[in-house]
Amino acid sequence: MSFTLQLFQFFVSGLTTGSTYALIAIGFSIIHNATGIVNFAQGEFVMLGGMFMVTFHSVLKVPLVGAFFLAVFCVAIIGVLLERGPIRHARSKEILVLVMITVGASIIIKGLSMIFWGKNPMTLPPFSGETPLLFMGAAVMPQSIWIFGITIFVVTALHYFFQRTVTGKAMRAVAASRRSAALTGIPVDRMIFLSFTLSGALGAVAGIILTPITTTSYDVGAMLALKGFSAAILGGYGSMPGAVVGGLLLGVLESLGAGLISSEYKDALAFLILLVVLFLRPSGILGRGRLRRV
Amino acid sequence: MGKRNRIYLLIYAQIVFDIPLLLRNNYHLMVLNVAALNIIVVIGLNLLMGYAGQISLGHAAFFGLGAYLSAVLTTTYGFPVWPALILAFVVTGAVAYAIGIPTLKLEGHYLVMATLGFNVIVYIVMIQLDAVTGGPSGFAGIPHLRMGGFVFNSERKIYYLFWAISILVLLLSLNLITSRVGRAMAALSHNEIAAKCAGVDTEKYKLNIFVISAILASLAGSLYAHYITFISPGTFSFFYSLQVVTMVLVGGMGSLWGSIFGTVLLTLLPELLHAVKDYNVLIQGVILTGVLVFFPEGLFPGILEAWRKRRVAAQQETAPTAKAP
Repeated sequence: MSFTLQLFQFFVSGLTTGSTYALIAIGFSIIHNATGIVNFAQGEFVMLGGMFMVTFHSVLKVPLVGAFFLAVFCVAIIGVLLERGPIRHARSKEILVLVMITVGASIIIKGLSMIFWGKNPMTLPPFSGETPLLFMGAAVMPQSIWIFGITIFVVTALHYFFQRTVTGKAMRAVAASRRSAALTGIPVDRMIFLSFTLSGALGAVAGIILTPITTTSYDVGAMLALKGFSAAILGGYGSMPGAVVGGLLLGVLESLGAGLISSEYKDALAFLILLVVLFLRPSGILGRGRLRRV
Repeated sequence: MGKRNRIYLLIYAQIVFDIPLLLRNNYHLMVLNVAALNIIVVIGLNLLMGYAGQISLGHAAFFGLGAYLSAVLTTTYGFPVWPALILAFVVTGAVAYAIGIPTLKLEGHYLVMATLGFNVIVYIVMIQLDAVTGGPSGFAGIPHLRMGGFVFNSERKIYYLFWAISILVLLLSLNLITSRVGRAMAALSHNEIAAKCAGVDTEKYKLNIFVISAILASLAGSLYAHYITFISPGTFSFFYSLQVVTMVLVGGMGSLWGSIFGTVLLTLLPELLHAVKDYNVLIQGVILTGVLVFFPEGLFPGILEAWRKRRVAAQQETAPTAKAP
């Protein structure tokens, strides 16, 4: 295989995982914009998406599409429970405390998943066969096409939702200023509720489409959360286009790094990138530096 | 350090050094030795969390750096134990300094994520760099600590050494927080902008305290390596970082005495819950979340506060009855 073709192959597989990073990063952004907290449990949502999908599709034999929506629904509910439970009832509303509560919640989810699903990795058959398609000489798995397609669809739908619908605009208003939004009569509470629902659902989608490629187990959440967070930082924290760019870029860099330098240090590379970005350009590629008013 | 703290410290030291007289079982001593090391890490972390208002989820990495640097320097390169230990914490401190510069400048919770990312990197390097670290199977044959001809090779000897060090660390930290530096840090953790306006170089303080807490973790790590004489990457994963953060939160951010309570409680707890090992992760999560939701000030200060309220209420109850006849 020629070198350029090899590069192209890495590029495609990088875009595949990068797409799921983008979805996780968007989940981070949505909750961050609504509440100002970093939701650490975002990675657990991804893990749960995969786990529920395996349960519904492979164990309970629910057809693919039905299982997909059931799994997304279940994880969205868990997102809601996180908000309605510990986040809402926290005695202290300090951001740092709330962030650590999501860390605690992620450990609880991980612990429960270990008890329910056991410690063995679970896998899911690809949505449509395993015969690779040839695209410009590179072999592309059909599952990759699914991942691209679903990611593009989700991102477009979200874009439409945030730009065109009243609810989406209300959510953006809350992100811009919670107080002003409340003053104009936007039910801030409901928007926060919605942001957790959306993030749960997005995490689930990422987990479901990724599982046929990488398999899943109870302990993958933290790593995925970190990757998604790195992607969000890389692109500019809180920005949707930034999340997409950051996710894809991180996926590609990681894949190139694994292919060309060393696959053992693949996971370390993502964090090296995170640290370098924090060092050089903390507002990310598409983020704008923010002035803080005192 | 106030008079009250000095008295507490004396009582505390007395209790600590009496305990081994009551314990016959080496296993119990071992658990307490680990607790002493955890106390060193947790006190350092509490200085960072309670006095610089920053959370690190990467202290397992500093703990691990101390352990591996000490282990490699003594075992592979034949360094004497104490110089190796000091070199290990100098290097760890320098690493913390390098990470702290970019991340502590930022507002928000970047340090949480950056330290967590750092923890993952260090963990991966420990596993992958097996020519140096022994890889996933670990690093064995680390020499015991020694002073002159005296070798610290029994649980009992180690107990006195580790607890003496942990009390020294506590004493220095109590001194630090009641000094001018400590008051500046308290101001900083309360309101960074106000502290800045009052002339506190907040960035410098945050960075210094971060480095100090990393050095303490490294010290504990080195001691751990020379105590157990075998280390493997599993000990230094993200989960340990989370455990020490939980210990600080249970004891209460900013309360050093609370940290001791939190650390001892949470070090003993898994030993008591040995039968339900599979539920360990879940229990850890429930404790962390529960404490944060219901006792954001910490379980230990929460209990103290409840006790004080009851006492006040009891006094008020008795007062009118005394007047009645």
